[in-house]
Amino acid sequence: MWKKIFAWLDERLGLNDLQKNLLERPEPKGNWWNTLGSASLFLFILQGATGIFLTVYYTPSPDHAYDSITYIMNDVAFGWLIRGIHHWGATLMVLVVFIHMLRVFVTASYKYPRELTWIIGIGLLIATLGMGFTGYLLPWNQRAFWATTVGTEIAGAVPFIGEFILKALRGGTDLSALTLQRFFSGHIWMLPLVLAGLIGAHLYLIIRHGESHWPTKED
Amino acid sequence: MSEPISRRDFMKASVYFVGGIVGAAVGIPAVGYLIEPALGGGGKEAWIPIGKMEDMPEIGKPYPFSFTRVQVNGWERTATSKGGFVIRKSENPEDILILDSRCTHLGCTVNWKEDERVFLCPCHDASFDAEGAVIDGPPPRPLDRHAEFRVTEDGILEIFYSEA
Repeated sequence: MWKKIFAWLDERLGLNDLQKNLLERPEPKGNWWNTLGSASLFLFILQGATGIFLTVYYTPSPDHAYDSITYIMNDVAFGWLIRGIHHWGATLMVLVVFIHMLRVFVTASYKYPRELTWIIGIGLLIATLGMGFTGYLLPWNQRAFWATTVGTEIAGAVPFIGEFILKALRGGTDLSALTLQRFFSGHIWMLPLVLAGLIGAHLYLIIRHGESHWPTKED
Repeated sequence: MSEPISRRDFMKASVYFVGGIVGAAVGIPAVGYLIEPALGGGGKEAWIPIGKMEDMPEIGKPYPFSFTRVQVNGWERTATSKGGFVIRKSENPEDILILDSRCTHLGCTVNWKEDERVFLCPCHDASFDAEGAVIDGPPPRPLDRHAEFRVTEDGILEIFYSEA
């Protein structure tokens, strides 16, 4: 019976072809440094899953943000665990993405025909840092408030259009409910969508070109 | 000794066992996290003063009353308004009917319409008579009654309220 159901689905979805092309791709030479991209993808999914769970209780309002997080940490069953994973996973993701980039640089994997994969990867790095920056404000404690004050002030140092960038980031001249709300929106909607889209393109290119050869002495 | 277990079967059993542990380690926290507010809460009881008997002199006239219950939901205290109607059936201060204003259909608040002498629910046009019995509409049962009440020495009517 399961065989019949699978055959029906396979005929319409091409599951066997998908498996052949995605999962049974030739792995040129096992190397732990080449697993950091997959590790980044796993962390992205982990952050997505724990982040979705956090929005069940978190409230992006100056009146409630801190209290709602205190509630998650102290009163909700396993809230400490889910927020803990999200908190440390964020730091780990930046670290893993960075080491992944370093590996690609050192093994010269960014060269022809993988330049686009590299450029998209830079976008992924920036979006990941953006996630860290926007997420840092959400607890709305002293550290979050002043970190965002400083961070947006740095963005405001851009010549000519700096003041506009600062106001656009803060949603006004000062940090306010608008800042918290737009950072939240960026954190849970805009940046994750950008990340997901870029990851899709990044993965397509990796499947298309395969892994680069590990450099040898002759290289 | 029974049949020796094959390498393949041992691997299969191990994968299911470890997979089960991993599944539980992820699933139990996830479900617990989501259903936490649904567990516990409620069960609080109190005598609540709803009005002076001398302010409700007329027999057969529904006098509205309301009170609020404060609950801590998550990180916030939420005040919920409740209410109902007191109807004297005779001069005897103990001979009264206390109806809850919560419609028994889907929980909207009913209003007293004096000219037709009915309680009307604005949500689905249900109507109840002055005793709380269903006249028309979808409610499955008459309006709830606060059967436990007392009149204090100062003539204040109190109802016994317990949270669901």
